[in-house]
Amino acid sequence: MTTTNSDAVLPSQGIEAPRSGRIDPKYLRSNPSTGSFEMVAWVFMRVSGAALVVLIFVHLWTNLMVGDGIHQIDFAFVAGKWANPVWQFWDLTMLWLAMLHGTNGMRTIINDYAEKDSTRLWLKSMLYVASAVIIILGTMVIFTFEPCLTDDAGNLLEGVAPQFCHGVTN
Amino acid sequence: MTQTKSTPGGRGTLYKGREGMWSWVGHRITGVGIFFFLLVHVLDTSLVRVSPEAYNAVIGAYKHPIMIFGEIGLVGAIVFHAFNGLRIILVDFWKQGTRYHKHMLYAVLILWFVTMAAFSARHLMIFFGGE
Ligand code: HEM
Ligand code: HEM
Repeated sequence: MTTTNSDAVLPSQGIEAPRSGRIDPKYLRSNPSTGSFEMVAWVFMRVSGAALVVLIFVHLWTNLMVGDGIHQIDFAFVAGKWANPVWQFWDLTMLWLAMLHGTNGMRTIINDYAEKDSTRLWLKSMLYVASAVIIILGTMVIFTFEPCLTDDAGNLLEGVAPQFCHGVTN
Repeated sequence: MTQTKSTPGGRGTLYKGREGMWSWVGHRITGVGIFFFLLVHVLDTSLVRVSPEAYNAVIGAYKHPIMIFGEIGLVGAIVFHAFNGLRIILVDFWKQGTRYHKHMLYAVLILWFVTMAAFSARHLMIFFGGE
């Protein structure tokens, strides 16, 4: 059996070319977001994506591929990295770009699959709250991190303080 | 006569079920996976503010043999999403992008394979070499 494609409207018979205007009602959304927001988001996905390739690949390289790789990762390793403002800035940028990029991607996916208005509202609210919490937490961790922990008597904690702490305190 | 929906000869449609669709499915699944990893990853990193012991104990889980393969899976997802993301950017912005989108997908898959072979070899060598 052959189907002529010029008059087919059912999605099971194919997907319309973009902007054909013939959209299965299932995919219509009430109050779609308007104006330039979607355009800005579209550009942001591409710009942040390109930056994230560099940010994440270097992150994986420094943490997994050089030195002792996975074995080296502990408190002292993090302290050593964040003693350098470059890595603080690196992680901060990576945190914000990856979270905003990922959150916007998840928003797209929710819009695609959740057909009921109320379901979309709920899922997106949960998404935005979770993302905000993670971004704020991650930012605060980078800025409030204390590498040279001491005990009550003011002595450096043995075994956990990185090398450079010796000589800084006392 | 519009030919937007089906390719002649009944080989399915222009998009559905072909390279373009599968790369999109892969991009979507990896994107969601990385997103949930990142939520957990920021939480585990935040343990450096609780205590060195708490951080070291939890991050120690990443050094378990099973997790070593989990990390290879995670990096595999990232590398595919990253390379395919660059392909999407090229399709959008490069004049010849739409013409070569399939060639670029094969390039993505080859580059992915090479990168993952190198990464897995190094990651496993470090893991079995140390300790
Ligand atoms: C198995 C692979 C990974 C390991 C072992 C790892 C390890 C670490 C470590 C040790 C830190 C502490 C600071 C630093 O070293 O820079 C960190 C922070 C961070 N990582 Fe990863 N990472 C991995 C994968 C990733 C991936 C794939 C992403 C991005 C999607 C990522 C994003 C981040 C971010 C945003 C921070 C900063 C967290 C904060 O602000 O509290 N990491 N990671
Ligand atoms: C490594 C560098 C990355 C590149 C080059 C990249 C690139 C892209 C591109 C071009 C898109 C398509 C956007 C659109 O269709 O308008 C996209 C979608 C997406 N990305 Fe990324 N991305 C990267 C990292 C990440 C990370 C770290 C996450 C998670 C935190 C993520 C999660 C997503 C999600 C959930 C989507 C939506 C997928 C969909 O709509 O099917 N990406 N990415």
